Formats: sequence, C-alpha cells, structure tokens
Amino acid sequence: MKENLYKYILGIADNSLILGQRLGELCGHGPSLETDIACTNISLDLFGQVRSYYQYAAKIIGDGRSEDDIAMLRKEREYVNVLLVEQPNTDFAYTIGRQFLFDVYHFLFLKELQKSHDLTLSAIAIKSIKEVSYHQRFSTDWVKRLGDGTAESHQRMQDAIDSLWTYTDELFHQTEADKIIISEGIGVDVTVLKSVYYATVSKILNESTLKVPESKWFQKGGKEGIHTEHLGYLLSDLQYMQRTYPNMEW
Amino acid sequence: MIKTEQHIDQKLFPILEQVSDPEIPVLSIMEMGVVRTAVIKNGVVKVQITPTYSGCPAMDVIGEDIKKALKEKGYNSEIELILAPAWTTDWITPKGRKALEDYGIAAPLDAEGDKSVLLDGKRLVKCTNCKSTNTRLVSQFGSTACKAQFQCDDCQEPFDYFKCLK
Repeated sequence: MKENLYKYILGIADNSLILGQRLGELCGHGPSLETDIACTNISLDLFGQVRSYYQYAAKIIGDGRSEDDIAMLRKEREYVNVLLVEQPNTDFAYTIGRQFLFDVYHFLFLKELQKSHDLTLSAIAIKSIKEVSYHQRFSTDWVKRLGDGTAESHQRMQDAIDSLWTYTDELFHQTEADKIIISEGIGVDVTVLKSVYYATVSKILNESTLKVPESKWFQKGGKEGIHTEHLGYLLSDLQYMQRTYPNMEW
Repeated sequence: MIKTEQHIDQKLFPILEQVSDPEIPVLSIMEMGVVRTAVIKNGVVKVQITPTYSGCPAMDVIGEDIKKALKEKGYNSEIELILAPAWTTDWITPKGRKALEDYGIAAPLDAEGDKSVLLDGKRLVKCTNCKSTNTRLVSQFGSTACKAQFQCDDCQEPFDYFKCLK
C-alpha cells in the first residue's frame, strides 16, 4: 500500500517536474519577453506543486529520503513521467503544443483528484487547479493565435501537433500501482477522461483551423520508466549540481 | 472539515501586521490574508501560513520574517505551511486592496470580471495611473506568479494586475 501510493504520487509529480524543467530552459530564451516570463511562471507553478507532492511522497515512504533526494537523485529509469512532457523545445510551436496537450489533460485530472479520499492529495489538487486553469488559458490562446495566424505559424503549429500526437494516448495508460490506488478511492481513473480530453483538444484545434491528426499509432513507456532519448540529457542538466557536489545546499 | 476562518491572537496582531510581503512591500501579510492561525501554546507561537501560489518563492522569506518579528518581541515560534483551505484573492482585505492600488498594482476583479478581461479582452481593469478603464491585457503572466501585465491605452502606463484566484 505504502509503496503503491508512493509510486502513484511520483507518477503525478514527475510530469510536473520534467515539464517544469523544460519550460525553465526557456528562461532568457523565449521568443518575446512576455512569453519568456509566461513560460517561466508556469514552470514555477509546476515546481511549487511538485514540492508538495514530493514532500508527501517522502513522508509516505519514510526511509529518510527528502523531497530533494526524490527530485534529484533518481536514475532515468526511475522517473515515471509521460513521454509527452520530456519532448524538447524544438521551436515555440512545439513548446506551446506540448503545453496545450498536457494542460487539457492536467486540468481534467486535477478536477477529479480534488475528490480523492486522500486529504493531502485533494488539498494539493484544489490548490493546483486554480493555477493550471491559467496555464490552459495561455496555451489554448497561443494554439489559436499560431494556428489561425500566418501561413508559416499555421504550418509550424500543425507540424508540432502532428509530431506530439503520438504521445497523447499514454496520458490514459494505467500502471499496476495506479489500478490499486484507484480501487482505494485515492487515485483518478484516467481512462474515463479520455473521450472528454480528445473532444476538448479537437474542438480547439478546429477553432484554430488546425487538423486533428488521424494517426492511431501511439508511443508509450514513460510511466514504466522507459523513456525517449531526450530524458537523459534533461536529467544531466537537472541533476548536475547534486551529482557534482553531493549534498550541496543552496 | 475545512476551516476558512482565521485564528489570530489579538496580542500578536500588531506584530504580524509589521511583516510585509517581500515582493509587494506595501502590503502586510495580514492584509494579504496568508496568515491563517497565530496562537500561543505553552509559550510558543504556532503560526500557520498558506501560499498564494504553490511556487511562490516569497513563502520561505515570509516564514523567516515572521519568526524574526516575533523573536524581537520575545516570542519563540513554529511556522507551518498549510495548503487547505486554498488561498483566494477574496482574503485580501479592503485596506490591502487600497494599498495595492496605491502601489501601482490593479486589485483583482471578481471571477467573472477576471475571465472577461483575460479571455474576451473586455476593458474592466482600471489604470492605476489615470483610472481609465481603456486598458488592455499584454500578457496573462507578469513579474510574479500572481500578476498579469496590462497597459493603459489612454495614458500609456504599463502596470500589473493582481489575478483573481478562487
């Protein structure tokens, strides 16, 4: 039970950590001052949420590991984030596409997690969903602006959605630990969110004059610790200080 | 189960009122509504604070500042960060809203108004400089997690708007 709940919390938290790190890479590199600040603000929200999750995970597992140990000292195969969030900031359309495809899911997920029988998880969800509603407004707005913008921005936004689409189905995949935690009324049954998710995403893509990809071939593996080649590079950046100067403090 | 009221020992109120938000120095943490509990138990002050936004970097500083302010008056204290009930902009006091406006940050509208200005481009936010409502959203995200960027189309003043959080 303890081990399953721990794994379940990591499954939620790792998504936010890895996406937060990707957005943080844009600090000082955003296409405009406003978008640069927006991406790093969203990153900060995600890191804030991550701290609440990892603090709770550390308490659950109770083996002396701190929130920082959990965030910084695991190996690549021990991270259980979905593949979507580790995809690189190829261009601004990819950054926005990745954010949009995750935000729609994240909002639906937190809406359900608010009802969790676990009071800590429900408190984190109630707090986070307010922030995530702003994230979703931001990414949705930009999908529309780029999709319904110039021929160039339209093409790039379409390319990003086409390329990232293969990672969307994994959001609704359940691990063995997930199933146990769901049966206890703590976890969210994500399979029931799937149709609302695709309906919401499709509606916004249509409004943005973008095509909903037809491909039915989907990548998965992140939730089981099998990642794309991008995660290793991301972690080497994220973990650099703790690996080089073990136990250093800020 | 979830208590939304504050429990503040009246003796401690004047001390806590001296502690300001490090990112908005004109605003005391009491006006901000982040202190939920401050009671003396066995000679130690137990303080519960709640973050405005999850990632708000000011929370650590606020905790330290509260400890310091209480210590100066001879109190030892313990600070606890709580998440429930979640902070809302409704907890900013009328005095706090006035302080925000005077400082150049437009105070949050209600949830409906907030949606209209951020999503539909309605002009409801009052310029903190010339008080015109001929203002527009520049970006939903601003200098800190809690603010959006606006600009006045009459006097051209760029200013922050404190986003509604409910």
